[in-house]
Amino acid sequence: MSEKTIAQINEDLLRPVLQTTRRFWIAMLFLGSIVAAAVGAFLYQVWNGIGVWGINRPVFWAFDITNFVFWIGISHAGTLISAILRIANATWRRPVTRCAEVITVFALMIGGIFPIIHLGRPWLFFWMVPYPSERQIWPQLRSPLAWDFFAIGTYLSGSLIFLSYPMIPDLALVRDKVTGWRKKLYTVLALGWRGTPKQWHRLETGMHIMAVVIIPVAVSVHTIVSWDFAMAPVPMWHSTIFGPYFVAGAIFSGIAGLIIAMAFLRKVLGLEEYLLPIHFDYLGKLLLMMCLIWAYFVFSERLTVWYGNESAEMAVFWSTQRGAFAPMFWTMVFCNFIIPFPLLAIKRIRNTITGVVIASWAIVVGMWLERFLIIVPSLSHKYLPYAFGSYRPTWVEITILVGSNAAMGLLYILFSKFVPIIAIWELKVGSHKPVFVRKQVTVIRESGGTDPIAAEPGLLTTDI
Amino acid sequence: MARKWGMVVDLDRCTGCEACVVACRAENNVPTVGEDQAARGRAIHWIRVERYWEGEFPDVRLKFRPILCQQCDSAPCEPTCPTYASHHTSEGLNAQIYNRCIGTRYCANACPYSVRFFNFYNPVWDKPFHLQLNPDVSVREVGVMEKCTFCVQRIQAAEIQADAEKRGLKDGEFNPACVQTCPPKAMVFGDLNDPESEVARLARSNRATKLLGELGTKPNVTYFEAESWEE
Repeated sequence: MSEKTIAQINEDLLRPVLQTTRRFWIAMLFLGSIVAAAVGAFLYQVWNGIGVWGINRPVFWAFDITNFVFWIGISHAGTLISAILRIANATWRRPVTRCAEVITVFALMIGGIFPIIHLGRPWLFFWMVPYPSERQIWPQLRSPLAWDFFAIGTYLSGSLIFLSYPMIPDLALVRDKVTGWRKKLYTVLALGWRGTPKQWHRLETGMHIMAVVIIPVAVSVHTIVSWDFAMAPVPMWHSTIFGPYFVAGAIFSGIAGLIIAMAFLRKVLGLEEYLLPIHFDYLGKLLLMMCLIWAYFVFSERLTVWYGNESAEMAVFWSTQRGAFAPMFWTMVFCNFIIPFPLLAIKRIRNTITGVVIASWAIVVGMWLERFLIIVPSLSHKYLPYAFGSYRPTWVEITILVGSNAAMGLLYILFSKFVPIIAIWELKVGSHKPVFVRKQVTVIRESGGTDPIAAEPGLLTTDI
Repeated sequence: MARKWGMVVDLDRCTGCEACVVACRAENNVPTVGEDQAARGRAIHWIRVERYWEGEFPDVRLKFRPILCQQCDSAPCEPTCPTYASHHTSEGLNAQIYNRCIGTRYCANACPYSVRFFNFYNPVWDKPFHLQLNPDVSVREVGVMEKCTFCVQRIQAAEIQADAEKRGLKDGEFNPACVQTCPPKAMVFGDLNDPESEVARLARSNRATKLLGELGTKPNVTYFEAESWEE
């Protein structure tokens, strides 16, 4: 990238924002109609009662909470990875961070909808909110669902800040390039950014603080999601391993989601010269590590249950290993380990983008199955055999699942229409070799070194 | 001392006739969901008679076990509810406050006994059953969890009557519908905090067991295991 001039970078990365192709409208129409169908399915459910879902007694949760955990897991793609790479000062991260952070925000929004729409009376969801009501009742703070509410709220607001903060210089760049109503819009969004050394300094400090703060928040969120299960005395839910197991699974599926999104952007927006094979190689290595960690967790969980041989847990265990849920379980193992492991471990395959993307698709499917297999087999085999049950989804649940995926695509494409999906200013920082820096405008950078951009008058202002 | 309601079920006496199930439905306005929904696992029975076959053919034995809410002292359903709809009363009942329920169904997942029931649709009573609704019991709407209350309306009525007459409650003065109906008198209901009551006396018996007691839920329903005296 070092051979790219600043003008070229601007040209390449602003093109998706400034030009609207027919392909964009077709994608909007296609994804939008799927989302509309899902909204329709939800309204149908509200009108008739949640009985239009396939849930029953004892399987009171199924697709709804599977989707919830799955999307919260995908959300760990962004903020967490981007924050870790920022702190580790991995310079290759520069073109990757924003597409990752966007996934976090949208996946959290989509995931956060599921606990609301899965309610028997979704119109009363606001009773989860602590507000001074005339009845003087607060949410029950001993409930893991109340913890969820606060954890996801915190993570969503943190991620929004983490995403929007480094967007400011790029929004200012767009502001300076456009005219008409867009000028007005981006003038507001750019928050008066002029690119003074003081502003750069504040941006860097802010990002440093947020990168450190967001990591424990991200870890706690998925731990708390796991506690929705681990706190209940249900066979194979009530387990101490669930916190780290869920966090590892979340990062695993999150990286896979990020790789898929990057491959998509690369093709559709013509970013072949920005999202390079080396990025897929590095993320593939991370994915390989998470693949091994995930397999290790599954093995430890299964082995301890099997060895413990407790009757209620064994009913769940055998239903997944060789009973009704076995086909799904072994598909999951296939998707999460047997396919991706060789693809990611063999360097020649990992260096091809296709290999990493195939592994990622398998992992996304496998991780959805994993969430389903945590929830449904346990609920259908609770202690008393007389009350065992089974589950089959209806078209309403399937439509909502497909709709949530379409919503992710829709929001992602819309976002890349309004904001440069690759952080332009970060790329420019990376594309300049350190040069002589005048002392009075020195800006402390995350590397602890001096800021090369401060020496470039052209970069201080945004009208280049 | 505050009252603490409890029950003893003698499985040796239970014949599996399901009169308790019918009585409970009539008393508590328990909705009938219909064949299709029942086949999908949405039937509502605040009390059910579980039927277990033991042994290998031809040496098989049939055992019945009426299962209702165990009114646990340490109930997993209570802390899991984010809106306080599942609530422990001062008399030891696991109350469900229908108006406060938003339908997360978490309580039903957490309950090891599977005795919490969800209204997947608004309940309907085919004619003429709509004429036999009990006016003392509220009807539950769609999206709300419901469960056995130990016939709290009868408890309330008896307590109010006793207070009005400025006297204490007599043991056996009233009973939940299931206990009242049980032909072989397999069930006994009363105040566990009154050491003289029959239920307290039976609960101290060495035949007394708790269903899934190892989970630490501290149920207030005690079972006398079938034929446990033979072993």
